[in-house]
Amino acid sequence: MADMTADHMPQAAAKLTTADGRPLKAALARAQSSARRRAFLLVLPLLAFVLLTFILPIGQMLHRSVHNNGFSANMPLMTQWFADNPIGTQPDEAAFAALATDIKAAAVARTIGIVGTRVNYELSGTRSLFTATGRKADDLAPPYQAALVAADEQWADPVLWATMRQVARAYSPNFFLAAVDLARDTDGSIIRAPEDRRVYVMLFIRTFVLAALITVCCLILGFPIAHLLATLPLRWSNLLMILVLLPFWTSLLVRTTSWIVLLQGQGVVNNTLVATGILTDDTRIQMIYNQAGTIIAMTHILLPFMILPLYSVMRPIPPSYVRAARSLGATSWTAFRRIYLPQTLPGIGAGALLVFILGVGYYITPALVGGASGQLISNLIAFHMQDSLNWSLAAALAAVLLACVLLLYWLYDRLIGIDNLKLG
Amino acid sequence: MAADTRADGFVVFDHVQKSYDGETLVVKDLNLGIGKGEFLTMLGPSGSGKTTCLMMLAGFETATNGEITLDGRPINQVPPHKRGIGMVFQNYALFPHMTVGENLAFPLEVRGMAKSDREAKVKRALDMVQMYAFINRRPAQLSGGQQQRIALARALVFDPALVLMDEPLGALDKQLREHMQFEIKHLHDSLGITVVYVTHDQGEALTMSDRIAVFNDGRIQQLAPPSDLYERPENAFVAGFIGENNKLHGKIEEISDGRALVRLPTGELIDATPVNVHRKGQSTLVSIRPERVEFKPELLPPGAHAIDAEVLEFIYMGDLFRTRLRVAGSDDFVIKSRNTQGQRMLQPGEKIRIGWAPADARALDPVN
Repeated sequence: MADMTADHMPQAAAKLTTADGRPLKAALARAQSSARRRAFLLVLPLLAFVLLTFILPIGQMLHRSVHNNGFSANMPLMTQWFADNPIGTQPDEAAFAALATDIKAAAVARTIGIVGTRVNYELSGTRSLFTATGRKADDLAPPYQAALVAADEQWADPVLWATMRQVARAYSPNFFLAAVDLARDTDGSIIRAPEDRRVYVMLFIRTFVLAALITVCCLILGFPIAHLLATLPLRWSNLLMILVLLPFWTSLLVRTTSWIVLLQGQGVVNNTLVATGILTDDTRIQMIYNQAGTIIAMTHILLPFMILPLYSVMRPIPPSYVRAARSLGATSWTAFRRIYLPQTLPGIGAGALLVFILGVGYYITPALVGGASGQLISNLIAFHMQDSLNWSLAAALAAVLLACVLLLYWLYDRLIGIDNLKLG
Repeated sequence: MAADTRADGFVVFDHVQKSYDGETLVVKDLNLGIGKGEFLTMLGPSGSGKTTCLMMLAGFETATNGEITLDGRPINQVPPHKRGIGMVFQNYALFPHMTVGENLAFPLEVRGMAKSDREAKVKRALDMVQMYAFINRRPAQLSGGQQQRIALARALVFDPALVLMDEPLGALDKQLREHMQFEIKHLHDSLGITVVYVTHDQGEALTMSDRIAVFNDGRIQQLAPPSDLYERPENAFVAGFIGENNKLHGKIEEISDGRALVRLPTGELIDATPVNVHRKGQSTLVSIRPERVEFKPELLPPGAHAIDAEVLEFIYMGDLFRTRLRVAGSDDFVIKSRNTQGQRMLQPGEKIRIGWAPADARALDPVN
């Protein structure tokens, strides 16, 4: 007790204490600790859920975009040889021996396909080289260089060796390079991908342009509706609100396919136009399975996301502001532009941000109605996930998309301010 | 009705009617002339049509029938922004995304005024309401009273000849409201502008106005200066709406040049001045101000009738005593007496006799 007092005395003089001499801060912390613990326990399920279903998968995806050990885990000797010998070293007998031993082991372990696939990502047409050599691995005997080249002369190709050197590293930025249409030269320097394989940058640009276009369409269509909703008497606006929300309660698939029914070449719209003589059978408009289809269907699907924030911002704006502006001498256009519009900016910002971000990542609608020209980057990500099974490239593409969205979000925060956002 | 249309009025409502649904009239045949430089208040309960009249004048509602002229010019077809009328709104309607200075500059800007002229005018208007120090604040940073002043300055900054005010002091507390009443009145006097003021607060109307138009049920019930309105209400609605009034039902017993005798249901006779009753036997509502009732027999005018009353309740209000009496069978007859030296405090249960000068009791037509 005595030394404790000595310990605490100098501080106690400066700090407040409770009536029984404990420091006030410690007493406060103890008094609040049980409440805090209970609050934490209440949010714990949500925290665990978010962690398991959101943070972890995203983290895993981001990790996968830079990490692929398909080669390095299954070809240990080869990986070791690349590590021991600097770039530009001609493969010697030791290198071919390591390669042959690894191929034999991989063939036995049935992992040769994984290795071939990994190399194939960087240099197409090489998967069969690995699997074919794997099938004949038992026949390989020293000297291995001659044996392998005899099995398939592509084994002598320096491009193949440069590629193997790159994929031997589990961590590599190559998938990101591929995601922005870049590639590695044989000496490891970064070059643009061959012209016929530059698809991603163009797709990113198209995705952002289309999403921006859809956002503008939603704003143009949604602003008057939101204004109407906000100014009508509550009885009528509730009814209209149900009509606005109706698409939310209908299956996305049903809505998209009904657009197909409406817009296709022999669809309702074209038939009507032909029947009224505006079009002839030869001039039917192609409104679906192209960009127009993507824009029309996605604008319809994302419209509520624009209307709702706009409505929530417009509802509390009293009509007296515009009236005041009019009485002060402003024309109705000036009153709208100078007084009403600036007050709806938080809603416009929120709605535009929502629609744009949702639009950038949209998948089902463009897949169904987009045709070839209406495909977005998400369709390609899905392709790499499901068909080509190049998950690392899919992850890299998704990460680039995520980075772009975050960048836009940051820009929005700098220009308008995120605290100016009103979602409802 | 009492609407004395001034043909040469600055603002004239000529047989104006307004209906929102085509079935009922919100404003029924309004005839009103407002002189240049006048402070006219439209007073009435909510739903009486007073705000609709103001909105028609401002141009936010169109008259269903009739003509409104401003300075001799018909304005039915003139859009609000071309009327040049300043307006102060109930919730101030200061633009929240602009500073005080920008709010005031707005009407000048849309009129295409040069920047230097604008600044001078904004400064003058803000000085007028002693708010120049707040020029760079946003409305949200100001108190209610300060916002009110800014709204006032904004309505005046472009020198309108006519300013409309729609319950501008409704959101302020009592003390501030009374202070602002005087301030608005002083501005009106010093600028020589015409003000049309809408309120449901009779005290405010009495304090500020040159004339008051009492609205009820879409009609002007009485148009008169405050003192006339208070002392000589022309019908039962006005008598009941302006200030406190005691009401006694009865029948005209005798009527002759400006004097009437009214028999109450209990059989007693009281004095009154006939206002809109004309013949013997007509039923009437006699209204008497609580402060004009006398309970000391020696102070009653000679020849005045006195009746019995029983004290039910005595309330000490500081400057006033308020006493509730049972008179002629009704329990809500109130008298007010000033708390002067030696004033009597009546005790509940006490039996007294009360009376009044005939001029203070007004016999009105009860159906009106």
